[in-house]
Amino acid sequence: MNADAETVIDVEGLTKSFDGRVVVRDLSMKVKRGTICGFLGPNGSGKTTTIRMLCGLLTPDSGHGTTLGFDILTQADEIKRQVGYMTQKFSLYQDLTVRENLELVARIYGVDNPRKAAQDMVQRLGLHGREDQLAGELSGGWKQRLALGACTLPNPKLLLLDEPTAGVDPKARRDFWNEIHAMAADGLTVLVSTHYMDEAERCHEIAYIAYGELLAHGTVDEVIDASKLKTYTVTGDNLTELSGKLMGKPGVDMVAPFGTSLHVSGRDHAALDTTIRPYREDAALHWHESEPSLEDVFIELMSRAKDNFQKEPAPQKETTL
Amino acid sequence: MSGPSRFRWHGFWRRTQAMLIKEFIQLKRDRVSFVMIVMVPLIQLLLFGYAINTTPRNMPTAVLLQEQTDIGRTILKAMENTQYFKVTRVVITEDEFDQLLKSGDVLFGIEIPAGFERAVRRGDKPAMLVVADATDPVAAGSALTALNQVAQIALQNERGLPMPGGPLFEFRTHARYNPAANTALNIVPGLIGTILTMTMLIFTALSVTREIERGTMESLLAMPITPFEIMLGKIIPYILVGFLQAAIIVAIGILLFGVPIFGSLLLLAALSTLFITANLAIGYTFSTIAQNQLQAMQMSIMFFLPNILLSGFMFPFAGMPKWAQYIGECLPLTHYMRIVRAIMLKGAVLSDLRYDTLALFALMLVAMAIAIKRFRRTLD
Ligand SMILES: Nc1ncnc2c1ncn2[C@@H]1O[C@H](COP(=O)(O)OP(=O)(O)OP(=O)(O)O)[C@@H](O)[C@H]1O
Ligand SMILES: [Mg+2]
Repeated sequence: MNADAETVIDVEGLTKSFDGRVVVRDLSMKVKRGTICGFLGPNGSGKTTTIRMLCGLLTPDSGHGTTLGFDILTQADEIKRQVGYMTQKFSLYQDLTVRENLELVARIYGVDNPRKAAQDMVQRLGLHGREDQLAGELSGGWKQRLALGACTLPNPKLLLLDEPTAGVDPKARRDFWNEIHAMAADGLTVLVSTHYMDEAERCHEIAYIAYGELLAHGTVDEVIDASKLKTYTVTGDNLTELSGKLMGKPGVDMVAPFGTSLHVSGRDHAALDTTIRPYREDAALHWHESEPSLEDVFIELMSRAKDNFQKEPAPQKETTL
Repeated sequence: MSGPSRFRWHGFWRRTQAMLIKEFIQLKRDRVSFVMIVMVPLIQLLLFGYAINTTPRNMPTAVLLQEQTDIGRTILKAMENTQYFKVTRVVITEDEFDQLLKSGDVLFGIEIPAGFERAVRRGDKPAMLVVADATDPVAAGSALTALNQVAQIALQNERGLPMPGGPLFEFRTHARYNPAANTALNIVPGLIGTILTMTMLIFTALSVTREIERGTMESLLAMPITPFEIMLGKIIPYILVGFLQAAIIVAIGILLFGVPIFGSLLLLAALSTLFITANLAIGYTFSTIAQNQLQAMQMSIMFFLPNILLSGFMFPFAGMPKWAQYIGECLPLTHYMRIVRAIMLKGAVLSDLRYDTLALFALMLVAMAIAIKRFRRTLD
């Protein structure tokens, strides 16, 4: 295989709007073979829309790129044969049984011996005993597992998973991630959207999107470093009061409670230090500089994106006047 | 479209089959639809069947009496014995007679002309005029059919009459108001077509919109299956369903209502399949155009109405204005109606039905082409 084939997702400048509202803006992204890429971002930020564009279910307004080396604009048929897409909302047939759903998928993809393939998948998913239950009657977590099984059954080269673990219990979630890592080791590429920070940290790399714009992409460490965020963890009394005093002060970009402690972060390190100096002398408080968590970084990225997003219409108005 | 792809046809049947199996299972689980498949034709036919069976009894009849004779009375008696006619009025002027028919007070008028008895005795085979109000063709048709019998046997026991081979007089029947639809036998063939049109449209009109509304379309579209395969997978199961329905209707028609089949049952089956497929294709087309299930339903009903009105089921086709006939030619039911009537009642063969068969075929292909073109392959 040539070097190019190693880049499984390679898109540039993807933009999509619905009813004149831009939902994904100028999104570029590269994901290498065998990588598990976590796709994060607040609700409505455009994750599902991006994933749909990657597998040819939505046509971008502008931009171009390839998935598995096939053009997303013209070769959707080829892409579909090698991509497993798990939708955010359960979209298998509720009035078909577990087995019937799996057999349907196996037949459409042309798997040899669909019956056996479905039976094997039932075993793998730990669904034996439920294979003749209607999919609509499964509990939420089991539905998720069935959906995952259905999209991995045809042995795709790329998995696009849209919040596959929403509503799944911790044990099943751990099993799921172990399985994903095992498959990635065999060369499967996975793009998985999630809202869980612990899951983000299990990914080889993460991509963070807010208001339709890709704000960060890289390994967890790279994303944290790139944020240039300096974070202090404060413990002690009256943290709520402190939080109120620091909020919005120069250099303080974010104040967030974490259990019994408080995280105070800012990008302008000098300004942050100046602002907090008086409080550091307070004996009741204990300050120490810490590594910002992924969550700190995301919340900060999001609030910054929100500022940009809200400011944006203003210059446009001036030009039209 | 999506470039030259060799896989397009490879595995075509396998994917279609996958879709087919899925549709069959869903149909099997959908009790309501399943009941509808069997119950709709049964109920409709029995409803119409009662109309065929019960109304033509003791229908009010006026007699325009222009001479008082024994033979005239005997014939009237024989007519009443068929139980179709009941003489309720006897009049002596033509005006009164017409007025009674026009007002609907009587459904039949019998005219015994002056000199009728003499003509019978001379062996002149005179005619007795029977006027029928055929606005209800079902009622009129069976009664008029019974008259042949009456002519044969009415005067069997009269003495002193000439003995030629055959009846001594004849009935001249005249259907007023609706002369073309003058036989009950038209009802059953017509019903096959209307029931099939209605149920076939409804079954497929919901097929695509239902998948979109339930969200299953997203999974389906993400899989490597083409719109043509999806369409076939969704249509073929219902061809069998339609076939089952047609069989039920024809069987009831033959067993309960004595509808004859002069032509080939095989030909009827083959052309019915074509008609069923055409309707399924049209219903499917609606479901690719409609935004939701409600819209799809409305489109089906909008299509169903002209089928009923302009196909020759309700009104004689030849009696409609030209523009209505042109519309009628574009409706599958029009052609099927001709086909069924011709096969069942006239014993027509395929070469007689070339035009209507081709028309059905063309309608089916056009509908399928539109459906494929309209099928949204993305979620945009
Ligand atoms: N088909 C559509 N028509 C109109 N608007 C849409 C459509 N699909 C998505 N949107 C809008 O686009 C925006 C992004 O939606 P998207 O589903 O991509 O977000 P998301 O990141 O997946 O959110 P979540 O985390 O809640 O799943 C939302 O504001 C949504 O309302
Ligand atoms: Mg989403």
